[in-house]
This record gives sequence, structure tokens and C-alpha cells, in this order.
Amino acid sequence: MGTITRTIGNSFTTSGVIKSSAIDNTTLSNVSALPAAIPTGFMVLLSTQTASASASISFTTGIDSTYKEYMFIWNNCQPSVDFATLGFQASTDGGSSYGVTATTSFFKANNREDNSFTSLGYDGGQDLAQSTNDVQLSLSIGSLGSRSSSGVLNIFEPSSTTFVKHFTAVSSDRENRDRLTNCYSAGYFNTTSALNSFIFRCNLSANITGTIQMFGIK
Amino acid sequence: MSIISSLANNFTAAGKLKAAGFNNASLANVTALDSSIALGNLILLSTQTASASASISFTSGIDSTYDEYIFKFINIHPSAQSYITFQGSTDGGSNYGVTCTSSSFHTYHNEGDGVTVLAYKTSADLAQSTSYIPLFTENTDIENDASYSGTLHIFSPSDTTFVKHFIVSNNNSAPGGYTVNSYLAGYLNTTSAINAIDFKMSSGNIDDGIIKMYGVKKS
Repeated sequence: MGTITRTIGNSFTTSGVIKSSAIDNTTLSNVSALPAAIPTGFMVLLSTQTASASASISFTTGIDSTYKEYMFIWNNCQPSVDFATLGFQASTDGGSSYGVTATTSFFKANNREDNSFTSLGYDGGQDLAQSTNDVQLSLSIGSLGSRSSSGVLNIFEPSSTTFVKHFTAVSSDRENRDRLTNCYSAGYFNTTSALNSFIFRCNLSANITGTIQMFGIK
Repeated sequence: MSIISSLANNFTAAGKLKAAGFNNASLANVTALDSSIALGNLILLSTQTASASASISFTSGIDSTYDEYIFKFINIHPSAQSYITFQGSTDGGSNYGVTCTSSSFHTYHNEGDGVTVLAYKTSADLAQSTSYIPLFTENTDIENDASYSGTLHIFSPSDTTFVKHFIVSNNNSAPGGYTVNSYLAGYLNTTSAINAIDFKMSSGNIDDGIIKMYGVKKS
């Protein structure tokens, strides 16, 4: 007992404060929260899903009133079929069904790698008007080699039961014709029901390979 | 003696605290962590909730601590069909009206699928003006479920060498059943430090909604 008491004594300063040498990572493993005074990060990674020839990627948990904004980052998503586009839809029933009415806008800028073609314009073929179809996020992604789509989607207060659910998205896509397409998709899910799940998938029955992360913004 | 005994049970033979001897309450007196611990670089500095507010001002926390500030607008609902605007102050919020030049363009689409537009919006830009700066190109509707959400980035507001750049992207539900997605950018044309930001609607009040101010750590 005397030996232990002495070693314990070495872990305290003369004024009785615990020395840093008395605490290590093992000690801290029992701590599950920090005091509010400590400013922690406010962009919280909630989920990372990596698809390998998957039909879809769904986020069915963690979407609630905890965060006023959710951000999804898709990174190097490549479809199994040329010209496929990546889109998403929402659910109000935890992912049992997807198909919330949305109105969206869509415009894009293009540049071919040989600089032979550039454009900027609205794309009426990709927008939605009170439709339950998937919201398009990208366009004509190449299916081979280094061709892929990456981008960011921000959704505001999906848990609101008062307002429609606004979102904005931007992507960079490398098409199968070796052309860059920079897409801007935005709009709202026209519902006052809370959205609690999202699904990402391609058209043309294409599978997806790539990563999608979901962040909550405190 | 029993206190010493139970205290001893919380230490290893080497005198180190066991995990059982340390919990959240033990940490309550901690106000900072070692700089080697990565905590994330987006710091929420202030959250303000509107309730029939004529304006929402951020008059503290805007300084050289951060080189970028991000404002998030969550479901801003106006009392009248209007759009949200902002201005900067160089005197802590006593006066708002820094000279600004800005650009704006938008795209929109109606629920009836009859209208689509991608165009520059001249009426939402400024040219060396001290007016409040439009953060959106079209009015937000006052229907109960209509709102505006978006993001404003302001770069190095405390800099005393350069102008103060900002970029905005957002979406709203406009009168008549439109989704409007707008992009604005520009600079506050001053080399004085901006230390306060004020937001208000182009007319009427901010009836509802949240504005959050974040700082992005330099390193």
C-alpha cells in the first residue's frame, strides 16, 4: 500500500493537481464527451459508403433535426454504362420508398479536352417540374478508365415540417467523349414532411463504383 | 483510509490513472486541448434565429482569427415578398455602407414546367454602391412553406491591404411556384477591416429562419 501511495503521489503536483503524466490515451478512452467550452469541429462526418458495382447507395440513418444542413460529397463515382448520370431522391419513410415531389433547375458548362467545343446553358432535359423522378446531379459520365464524376450536394434542414427542402449541387464530370461537364443542379423537395433518407443511383440501369460521404453541419 | 484505498484502486501500480478513474465530469474543468489534436477547422461562432426581425447583425467575432467566414442561411422566411441583403461595417456596426461592386446570375424553373432561364441579373448587381448588397436575385414567396437557404463566403474581412471578396450560392422558392438558384459574387471595395455584418430583407422583416456564422481556421 505504501508503494502505491507513493507512486500515486508522484502523479500529483504539490498543490494537488493531476500531472499530465498521470493521464494517457488509455485513461481518455473512458471519456465520451468534451466540455462545451472546447470548440470542436462543426462539420461532422456521419457516414462514408464505398460502392463497388452497386445498384445504389442509400443513407437511411442519421438524418434528423440534429443538423440544419447536410452535405454529401461524391468522389470519383463511375457508372457501369457510358452516358449514365448520377442522381438522387429522398424518402419520408426511412427509405422504404423514394420519390418525393421536386422542382429543380439545371445548367451546365462544357469544355472538350481538345478545346474544340465549349458551352454554357440551361439543360431542360435534366430539370424536374413537380416530379418524383430522380434529381440529376451530373451528366453523361464515362464508364471506363479515369472517367468519373465528383461533386458536392448541400441539403438544408431536411427535418423541417414547415418549409420545402432546398438543395444546391455542383459536379465535375468527365464524359466518355473526353469532355468536361460542370453541372449545377438546385431546387426543392416540395414537401413539408421531414426527409429522413436519401438514395443515390444512376440511370440506364447502371451500377456505381465510388465513394459518397455524408456530413452534418452543426 | 477508505478514500485512499478507493483512490488507489483508480491508479495503476505505476501511479497512472486508470480509465475508470476518469470520466466526463473530470474533463469539465478543461478549456483547451493540445494543438496536436485535430478537432476540425470549421468553427461555429454564432447562431441567430429570426423572429419578425428587422435585421440580424453579427458585430463580434469578425477579426483576423479566421481568413474566411461562412454564413449559412437556413429557411429564411420573409414577411413580404422580398430578397435578403447584407452590408459590412468598418466601425463595429455603428454604420453599414461599404462601397461594393458585385455580379449576379441565376437559373430558374417553374413547377408548371413552362419557364426555364439561365441569365445575368442586372437588377441584383452593384457598381461602386453603398446600398445593401442583394444576396439573391428574386423575391422569396410568403407562402407558409416558402423559404430561402444558401451560403455566403467572405474572405479575409480583417485584411487591410486587399478588397474583401465574397461569393454566394443559394436557392429559394419564389412567387408563382418557381425554384430559383442564384450565384452572386463581388468585393467590398475597401482596404479597411470589416468587423461587422448586417442582414435584412429588401422590404419587410425576416419573419423566421436561422443565420449561422462560421470561421474557417487558418491551419
